[in-house]
Amino acid sequence: MSNEASASRGRALVVLVPYLWLLFFFLVPFLIVFKISLSDDVLAQPPYAPVLDLSAGWDGIREFVAALDFENYAFVLGDSLYVQSYLQSLGIAAFSTLILILIGFPIAYGMARSPRSWRPLLLMLVILPFWTSFLIRVYAWMGILAREGLVNQVLVGTGILSQPVEILATNSAVVLGIVYSYLPFMVLPLYAALDRLDESLLEAAADLGAPPWKSFWLITFPLAMPGLIAGSLLCFIPAVGEFVIPDLLGGSDTLMIGRTLWTEFFSNRSWSIASVIAVFLLIVLVVPMVLYQNLQARSLEAGK
Amino acid sequence: MNVALDREQKPANGTRQEFAPWKDPSQRPLVRFEGVTKRFGEVTAVDGLSLGIYEREFFALLGPSGCGKTTLMRMLAGFEEPTKGRVLLGEQDLAGVPPYRRPVNMMFQSYALFPHMSVRDNVAFGLKQDRLPKSEIAARVAEVLRLVKLSGFERRKPDQLSGGQRQRVALARSLVKRPKVLLLDEPLAALDKKLREETQFELMELQSSLGMTFMMVTHDQEEAMAVADRIAVMNHGCIVQMGTPAEIYEQPATRYVADFIGDVNLIEAKVTARDGRNVVMQSGIIAAPLRAASDAEVAVGADVALALRPEKVKITVRKPADATENFTRGTVAGIAYLGDFSIFQVRLESGQVFKAARPNVTRFTDQPITWDDRVFLSWSPEAGVVLTQ
Ligand SMILES: Nc1ncnc2c1ncn2[C@@H]1O[C@H](COP(=O)(O)OP(=O)(O)OP(=O)(O)O)[C@@H](O)[C@H]1O
Ligand SMILES: [Mg+2]
Repeated sequence: MSNEASASRGRALVVLVPYLWLLFFFLVPFLIVFKISLSDDVLAQPPYAPVLDLSAGWDGIREFVAALDFENYAFVLGDSLYVQSYLQSLGIAAFSTLILILIGFPIAYGMARSPRSWRPLLLMLVILPFWTSFLIRVYAWMGILAREGLVNQVLVGTGILSQPVEILATNSAVVLGIVYSYLPFMVLPLYAALDRLDESLLEAAADLGAPPWKSFWLITFPLAMPGLIAGSLLCFIPAVGEFVIPDLLGGSDTLMIGRTLWTEFFSNRSWSIASVIAVFLLIVLVVPMVLYQNLQARSLEAGK
Repeated sequence: MNVALDREQKPANGTRQEFAPWKDPSQRPLVRFEGVTKRFGEVTAVDGLSLGIYEREFFALLGPSGCGKTTLMRMLAGFEEPTKGRVLLGEQDLAGVPPYRRPVNMMFQSYALFPHMSVRDNVAFGLKQDRLPKSEIAARVAEVLRLVKLSGFERRKPDQLSGGQRQRVALARSLVKRPKVLLLDEPLAALDKKLREETQFELMELQSSLGMTFMMVTHDQEEAMAVADRIAVMNHGCIVQMGTPAEIYEQPATRYVADFIGDVNLIEAKVTARDGRNVVMQSGIIAAPLRAASDAEVAVGADVALALRPEKVKITVRKPADATENFTRGTVAGIAYLGDFSIFQVRLESGQVFKAARPNVTRFTDQPITWDDRVFLSWSPEAGVVLTQ
């Protein structure tokens, strides 16, 4: 009896720890950001008002709440600059994710089909870039893509182009940077899903008359779907909010939301607008994911 | 108890006629393995094996685990290429023909059900590849699911089924295309006895009504005897003996086959004389001389084994009248009551244990034989088989 009770207490503790973590490092910061997004900018330290003053008691709190409002949200929604930033971020992230799938799937597939003894080495090679700082690798791309960079030198040198082209500081460079940086996050979950695939399923499909391309489409692809979705989410979500890559590789017309947020926060010192942008970003990313999860749960229910 | 069923009589088109194409030299086998060897690195899974299976035949492969049964089937299905030799279907050499172009279906030992598809989609998969009309697919899927008693399970996914149900889905999936040759790798192993017997019967019906050719692997020799026209006993990648169930059971060619198929008493002996059709032997464990009818060529002085099936050994309390040969004495060390039969374990004076079976003809016997009784075992010269290998 007491054993059971302590076991269930232990289980509760195990469940509690990650939730406490989320509470302190996600929910509380989010509430602070949300509160700032409802404030007004002032020239002061901190640069927003009102500031909660608990020493004033109930009246202080009432006054504080009365000063909060949603006018920053109306402002952000009304300014096409922000809306465009969101749209371009989503567009660039979606396009990059698509390219990541097209490149990552064959890599993962090849790894899963390679001799078992090679796989640890291939896995190592995929993870290897992580051993160099992300920032340095993106800087390296600046050198490669610059007007006098490696790519232009080769293209002009071999006579394919008569003049160097502008690659750096374009949206293409941003997509390239995202694809390069996020590739392991696409390959690893896909590889995990494909590695689990039982070879005899493909044999059974062939036995029943399906040529290889068909058994790929009917068996391999659907069974790799969970890996594909996981990889896509792992790439798409951070890519939408990406700041470093558009800042280093993008041009002045690359309006990505991470960059806009940075500008609001550091250049304009408008903490409230920056907070509104962050809250919207969260909504843009979380709502589709919740919908997707609901859909999945419902299709699982339908199977039963 | 193993009862060798004589299934030479096979219903075809409503008339019963003898089915034994292997006896007819004008008939060509549908499936032929010609000197087939398959090696995996160091391991030789199949070793120079030749075999012919005739159209409409129900062929069973028996053999211990790892003897190459699955490998043999996989070569016919097209998943392995022989290292040496040829596999032919009709007159066509199958070398280089991919699995999806072979008119052969296989039921996998591991089932290999598609986990993301419902039972219905699993079974319909093969028919969809043939682009059959939707209505026909639906009708045939329903029919085959009824056959394996899984109607009502159409919408379940494989992980929502029991082991035996999964096995039946795999069976249905391989049956539904009605292939020329169907390969069944232990198709009924996970079913309970009653369901297994019913399904065996359904399989035999289906096979003869559709005129299909079946090649089946099983570990259950009773099952092989019940369903198969011919049985091949394999060991170490070779066929040790091939024949009808009755031949394999009554005339095993080697000690290995005699021991593998059914219960047997093996008596090691030396040939002392040849007396017409009979061979006379002397064994170290039985005092009386042994006599058995045999057509085998055995020289005087050769080491042989006499194989005696338990049901051919008579067990009596009194010494059989004027017995001078083919008898021995012992004490009952154990009795297994099997309902239809009782198996007596009799310890001989030499210490060896003999098995004798006795049908339970009446419900009460006047003179029941029980533990520790001194008994006589005797058998006729026609009961035993002389094995030289
Ligand atoms: N792909 C493979 N690679 C290496 N060895 C293999 C391979 N497939 C089979 N073998 C070996 O070949 C031999 C025959 O295997 P097979 O699967 O044909 O046996 P089996 O008669 O079907 O046994 P069981 O009754 O246990 O299913 C075994 O020794 C096995 O280890
Ligand atoms: Mg096997």
